[in-house]
Amino acid sequence: MLLKPLRPALVLLIIMTILTGIIYPFIITGLAQLCFPAKANGSFMINKGKVIGSELIGQKFISPKYFWTRLSATSPLPYNATASTGSNYGPLNPALLKAVTKRIDDLKGMDSLNNKPIPVDLVTSSSSGLDPHISVASAQYQVPRIARSRGIGEKQIQLLIEKYTEGRTLGILGEPRVNVLKLNYALDEFK
Amino acid sequence: MTANGIFQIILYLFVLLLTVKPLGLFMAKVFQRERTFLDPIFGPVERLIYRIAGINPDDEMDWKQNAIAMLIFNFFGLIIVYAIQRLQQFFFLNPQGMSAVSPDSSFNTAVSFTSNTNWQGYSGEMTMSYLTQMLALTVQNFVSSATGIAILVLFIRGLARHSATTLGNFWIDMTRSILYILLPLSIVLALLLISQGVVQNYSPSVEIPLLEPTRDVSGTTVTNQVIVMGPAASQIAIKQLGTNGGGFFNGNSAHPFENPTPLSNFLEMLSILLVAAALCYTYGVMVKDTRQGWAILAAMLIIFIPVVFCTYNAEISGNPKLSASAIDQKTSDINPGGNMEGKEVRFGIANSALWAIATTSASNGSVNSMHDSFTPIGGLAALVMMHLGEVVFGGVGSGLYGIVIFVIVAVFVAGLLVGRTPEYLGHKIETYEMKMASLLILIMPLTVLFLTALAVITTAGKAAVFNTGPHGLSEILYAFTSQGNNNGSAFAGLSVNNPFYNVTGGIAMLIGRYWLAVPTLALAGSLVRKKLVPPSEGTLPIHTPLFIFWLIAIIIIVGVLNFLPALALGPLVEHLLMVQ
Repeated sequence: MLLKPLRPALVLLIIMTILTGIIYPFIITGLAQLCFPAKANGSFMINKGKVIGSELIGQKFISPKYFWTRLSATSPLPYNATASTGSNYGPLNPALLKAVTKRIDDLKGMDSLNNKPIPVDLVTSSSSGLDPHISVASAQYQVPRIARSRGIGEKQIQLLIEKYTEGRTLGILGEPRVNVLKLNYALDEFK
Repeated sequence: MTANGIFQIILYLFVLLLTVKPLGLFMAKVFQRERTFLDPIFGPVERLIYRIAGINPDDEMDWKQNAIAMLIFNFFGLIIVYAIQRLQQFFFLNPQGMSAVSPDSSFNTAVSFTSNTNWQGYSGEMTMSYLTQMLALTVQNFVSSATGIAILVLFIRGLARHSATTLGNFWIDMTRSILYILLPLSIVLALLLISQGVVQNYSPSVEIPLLEPTRDVSGTTVTNQVIVMGPAASQIAIKQLGTNGGGFFNGNSAHPFENPTPLSNFLEMLSILLVAAALCYTYGVMVKDTRQGWAILAAMLIIFIPVVFCTYNAEISGNPKLSASAIDQKTSDINPGGNMEGKEVRFGIANSALWAIATTSASNGSVNSMHDSFTPIGGLAALVMMHLGEVVFGGVGSGLYGIVIFVIVAVFVAGLLVGRTPEYLGHKIETYEMKMASLLILIMPLTVLFLTALAVITTAGKAAVFNTGPHGLSEILYAFTSQGNNNGSAFAGLSVNNPFYNVTGGIAMLIGRYWLAVPTLALAGSLVRKKLVPPSEGTLPIHTPLFIFWLIAIIIIVGVLNFLPALALGPLVEHLLMVQ
């Protein structure tokens, strides 16, 4: 009774390993490279022949002339795309309150005249640590700072935000958002 | 809660319900060995597999033979997954030069993937070679979920047949689950996900220049970003469909390469419950009483839906500890608002809350937001869905046999109350059945609570805690709840990649899977022998709203009350501290 199942167990495991572990991923890879090569290889954005980043992977920005992305808890540096992680701070963790407070100070430090409350996504860290988006509200919050440091009108920046805002899918799914890397490139191109 | 958020949740439920009957009917055909439209493609493959493996397609086995087949098959799988991890540095498809995984972590991961838990103590992109991800992990994603479905199908035959001895053939049910159900669904889903931006390649990591140089913790200037690649979509598809949940990347379905858009999120979220929900209908067809299938699905949904909205409400209410004057947590059309710590902007609050409850109710365990950063009530809801014993949807296969065991207990208790002989689908429920059912229901809380207590009183257990106070207890309780129920999601702050948690967690996963699977088959072996008791005036109707609510009451009383003291010390205390 114990010996009889040995053959089917071993053979089935080997066959399933070949089928689902080799053939299946290779077929999917083949189809992916054929039908969606850009998407399957990381959704990279190319500008003047050079790869400038992935539209799906966020980057950190520190100077006042760029839109800032969300906080990122990856180590040893934020937006480390080889080590995705969230902060895992519980809602009462003093470290969470410290990180949020520091972020508020950093934002206010560069933009002391702006008294509007900061949208929550701009002071919290994302789940992957690589979130490429901020909310439309967070983009709008940063407009005065960027306008001042670049010396261009707020109106033009608002127009750029509108251009790079992605709405809900079919008007229903997800949340409206702005791709920060695309927006910052557009800013550099603009001026 | 916003109108759009509520609408997204309702749309999800609506689409899920639309799939139940067609997919359920299709799966019933697969298990009753009827012809389907996939026969021309997979029929020859199937026959070839049986010939090489020496399986007679007409052979049937009793419960013991099936249980032994299942255990031996899973044992071999465990050994291979362990071996590949320990030896991955010698093999090809390892462009990042990953070294051998530690023995305790390899053990934990091997148990985790064979038992359909997919708990991950390791970080995918930093630990596993592409070969390990494919040959060890993707394969187990398929065979572990097919094992669950096969056990269910054997169990269903135990209920559908009378005065018989055999339940069917584990090898055949498992092979057919993969060929006709899991593989075709995975191919379709993988391609849809790639169209949204999920990566699928064998390239090494790509280095790109940053738009603005930045600094790391030591102050060194960094000008480049390294972006990891890999055959992710093929693994993610089956990870969602087979209630596996183990991510290709550490960030799981929060990682933009694993879940890039709201549409990919909807598809992945749908896949979490797709097979488990449709199996309810399959069950109804196979026991020749579809009302039974709908009644069970109704009971699941009546528990599921309020918990989703409760979590959504908790998360969108935000964190009162964050300064109200400086931070805008109010939800609007341009601001997701609420508790955004550990959540992605593209998903927002509604999709994060819905996913959290779908993944914990279905023993999937993938995440698109970090549960550790949820509000206490949100985290509590995720814990409770697992404490129910993974029977609200649950793992593919295992969830449904779990809830049918609750149905048997409910029938028994109701029978005793009104003084009738308890019977279910024409089988008399007697001492042996109740012994097995009690065993099945009590093992999980015992394992989870014992290991939690052990962790709380040992230095090694406490040293791993990341968040202090009541949240620390929640982290430990969540870890063992998740592993003891083969869920696999985590309060990920807890440092679990060390010998203490890898070994205790491995034991919890083994018990949670196999100690339940074997008595389930034994129960089926006993039921299948019984003579048909024809329905009479005295037979309790088991598809009425009254019975559905009775079943829900039994699940909640038996499932959750065991954990109330632990929950009171963890998330409930934390909630009170938060609102004070």
